[in-house]
Amino acid sequence: MTVPVSWYLLLAAALFAIGVFGALTRRSGIAIFLSIELMLNAANLVLAAYARLLGERSGQMVVFFALAVAAAEAAVGLALFIAVFRLRKTIDIDRINLMRW
Amino acid sequence: MELAAFAFFALLALGSAIVVVGHRNPVYSTMSLVVALLATAGLFVLLGSPFLAVLQVLLYTGAIVVLFLFVIMLLNVGRERPAAGRGTMQTWVAGVGALVFFGAMARLIWESYGEAEAPRLTEEFVATRGLAELLFTTYLLPFEIIGLLLLVAVVAASWVARRPTPDEEEEAP
Amino acid sequence: MSALDLFWLVPALPLAGAAINGLLLRNSQKPLVTAVGVGLPGLSLLVALAALVEWSASVRPAAYEQVLWAWTAGPAAFDVGFRLDALSAVMLFVVTFVGFWIHVYSVGYMGHDAGYRRYFAYLNLFMGAMLLLILGNNYLVLFVGWEGVGLCSYLLIGYYFEEAFPPYAGKKAFIVNRIGDFGFLLGLFAIWSTWGTLHFGQLGEKILADPAVAHRPFALGLSTAAFIALFLFVGATGKSAQIPLFVWLPDAMAGPTPVSALIHAATMVTAGVYMVVRTNVIYQLAPEISTVVAVVGAATAIFAATIGIAQNDIKKVLAYSTVSQLGYMFLAAGVGAYKAAIFHLGTHAFFKACLFLGSGSVIHAMGGEQDIRKMGGLRKHLPATYATFAISTLAIAGIPGLAGFFSKDEILGATFLAHVPAARLLWGVGLLTAALTACYMSRLVFLTFFGDFRGSHEQEHHLHESPRVMTLPLWVLAVGAIVSGWIGIPSGMWEAFGAHDRDWLGHFLAPVVAVIPGHEAGEHHASQALELALIGASIAAAVVGIYLAARLWLRRGLEADASFAARAPRLQKLLEEKYRVDELYDRIVVRPIAKLARICWKVIDELVIDGGLNVAAFLTEITGDLGRFTTTGNVRNYALYFFAGVMLLLWWMVL
Repeated sequence: MTVPVSWYLLLAAALFAIGVFGALTRRSGIAIFLSIELMLNAANLVLAAYARLLGERSGQMVVFFALAVAAAEAAVGLALFIAVFRLRKTIDIDRINLMRW
Repeated sequence: MELAAFAFFALLALGSAIVVVGHRNPVYSTMSLVVALLATAGLFVLLGSPFLAVLQVLLYTGAIVVLFLFVIMLLNVGRERPAAGRGTMQTWVAGVGALVFFGAMARLIWESYGEAEAPRLTEEFVATRGLAELLFTTYLLPFEIIGLLLLVAVVAASWVARRPTPDEEEEAP
Repeated sequence: MSALDLFWLVPALPLAGAAINGLLLRNSQKPLVTAVGVGLPGLSLLVALAALVEWSASVRPAAYEQVLWAWTAGPAAFDVGFRLDALSAVMLFVVTFVGFWIHVYSVGYMGHDAGYRRYFAYLNLFMGAMLLLILGNNYLVLFVGWEGVGLCSYLLIGYYFEEAFPPYAGKKAFIVNRIGDFGFLLGLFAIWSTWGTLHFGQLGEKILADPAVAHRPFALGLSTAAFIALFLFVGATGKSAQIPLFVWLPDAMAGPTPVSALIHAATMVTAGVYMVVRTNVIYQLAPEISTVVAVVGAATAIFAATIGIAQNDIKKVLAYSTVSQLGYMFLAAGVGAYKAAIFHLGTHAFFKACLFLGSGSVIHAMGGEQDIRKMGGLRKHLPATYATFAISTLAIAGIPGLAGFFSKDEILGATFLAHVPAARLLWGVGLLTAALTACYMSRLVFLTFFGDFRGSHEQEHHLHESPRVMTLPLWVLAVGAIVSGWIGIPSGMWEAFGAHDRDWLGHFLAPVVAVIPGHEAGEHHASQALELALIGASIAAAVVGIYLAARLWLRRGLEADASFAARAPRLQKLLEEKYRVDELYDRIVVRPIAKLARICWKVIDELVIDGGLNVAAFLTEITGDLGRFTTTGNVRNYALYFFAGVMLLLWWMVL
């Protein structure tokens, strides 16, 4: 018996929800980043599932590109982290409140 | 058979995701992420693109996670302290929000697709050759641009994270 | 180049003078100012005379029209043009001739004034506007002139603007006039909406072609003609200072005396009379309203005369006298004696201007004093002034041989014989007013020029006759006061003495009075005996008035006033305070409007509008104060907001 496509999608939704929760809840910048990667991953899963469903390989192409972009984003984001750390000596999100009124 | 594989990878992914989000120690979180990513790679295989699965392992776990670990080590990130007073409100709202989100999505998905079966995987679909053809014809331009993007990212990351010059040090508030 | 081709210069020259003096010259160039200010009106007078001669020799009695340009186009097409016919000819002569001599007089009177240049600029502007008024070939040009003279009246009354009262008087004049102008405009709208033209010639033709149109009901239960006649008359009561809108004229005496002579005696105030006579075809078609005009005229005449007798300011007496004499003119117009109205307008211009200029001479000699209680015996010191003043007084009183006698008697005669209800009553009122006129004018002469001097010693030392530049106009006008009556001796009078009808003015003006088929004015022709009796009555009134004045004021001087005050204090007070009309108007009109203005200010503007804005601003402010709290600076909060936004978006997209 094949797995219905909706299960893949549901799983992806669940992963995404977990990622959201993590991104909003954690105090450490690294942890937030990890949650974001989780979310990206979930999105990739959706894309692949649709590729299978529709028989379209372009879905897989998009995953390919998303992967590359995720890599670039991770690099730059972590570089920013380092810069901020040098400034604030911490990556506790709650302490980096430059925009407070 | 497919069902069993799916169940295995799915549960693995969910479990490790929860650990990523829950654990205080950043290294443990990162390791859990690796597991999650590997599980996803398995799911990719089930969905008929082994190439993507390999890419996932190579790129994500091989490069990105390593980057993460480097930064964790460099900044000597310690255990996360529990959030101060204001945090609990945020946690509850976020939790409820995430649940609502999942619920809405679930209903949407179920109403759209329900128990519909996925189409059968063909030999031709799974083969990497098809992907390669697409990549180097229709998607050639995006491919090149991605390369450029990565170059730009490298430059940017190097510059942003550079050691500040002495006068810049004084500027810091 | 004939004079008629240059006709447009007649109003243009004074206007140019106003522009030159007003914009180009300065007070330091006094001779040039004088040359422009007096010379251009003089030139205008010459052009006018030449044009009159040429017109008379050529197309008379037809009207000469000169259209300058088309002002508007389309369904409401109006031209700017001038019309020279019998009526405008008479007015033209009066305005330019009397106006010119008053300009000459002003050189002397205003010679030491700091605003000399400004004075002449305004005076020239007035001349220009007045000429537009009387020479316009349609009601619109007339109205432009009408408004223009109103403006100049304001500017000149408020000439001494450094003091508090003159600007106030100027405003009062302008505002009261505006009320009249509102009525005037309504009349014009009615004319235009009924006949589609405001041009005098075309309008006359259209009305005479179908007089029944004028009898159709228009509004307020009035026929078309009645409506127009009534509302135009409202405008006339404003401009010509009749009841109820006369209140501005006595206060207008705050302006320089030559201004009072020119504007508030000889010319501007007569514009209403001119307008009524110009519109006589409509007034003939609305006999009820004509009667109203006559009644208002008569009532104003006697009303003002009773006030004049109790005034102590030399100019105020003359001002009320002007109001009274204007009443006579409207009485004449109301009973259909249009020629008599214009006749009196002309004679009045001469003797009233002479009287005003004479009073200016007196004031000049008295160093600015205007109270006759401080004068006396001035005929020794100011012989020329006294002579001309006396001549003009006799003229206004109606002594036979002088101008006023003929014009006033014609009015009274026409009133007695008219086909209006209460004609005899109106005649009686007119006769009584004549006696009063003779009386208060004689009082003025006796208290000012006879008896002992009652002023201070410095004033007595200062007394001197005015220079030639001022006395010459006085003589010219005095001669006019004598002679101007002879050209219009009414037909009735000729017949009364069994002589050939030599009413030159009457024949001259005949084409102006419309003859409406079926509406022929039925003036009785009185029998010779009746005519003589009426003439006798007029003379008697004049003589009685002068005699009474002599008994009271020549003999007893100021004491006569005092004893009258003692015997009838309340009446004295009432007259002195001019029946408290200004106070009445203040109470019923001015204060409610002020109150309304105050409400608009405090409630509508400050409370509602400003308040509304303030509330809006306040709401913005508190929104900001509250919204401030979302900027926590906490990144996680912001992430939450992000997420919430995404959720909303999703929800919206899905639903």
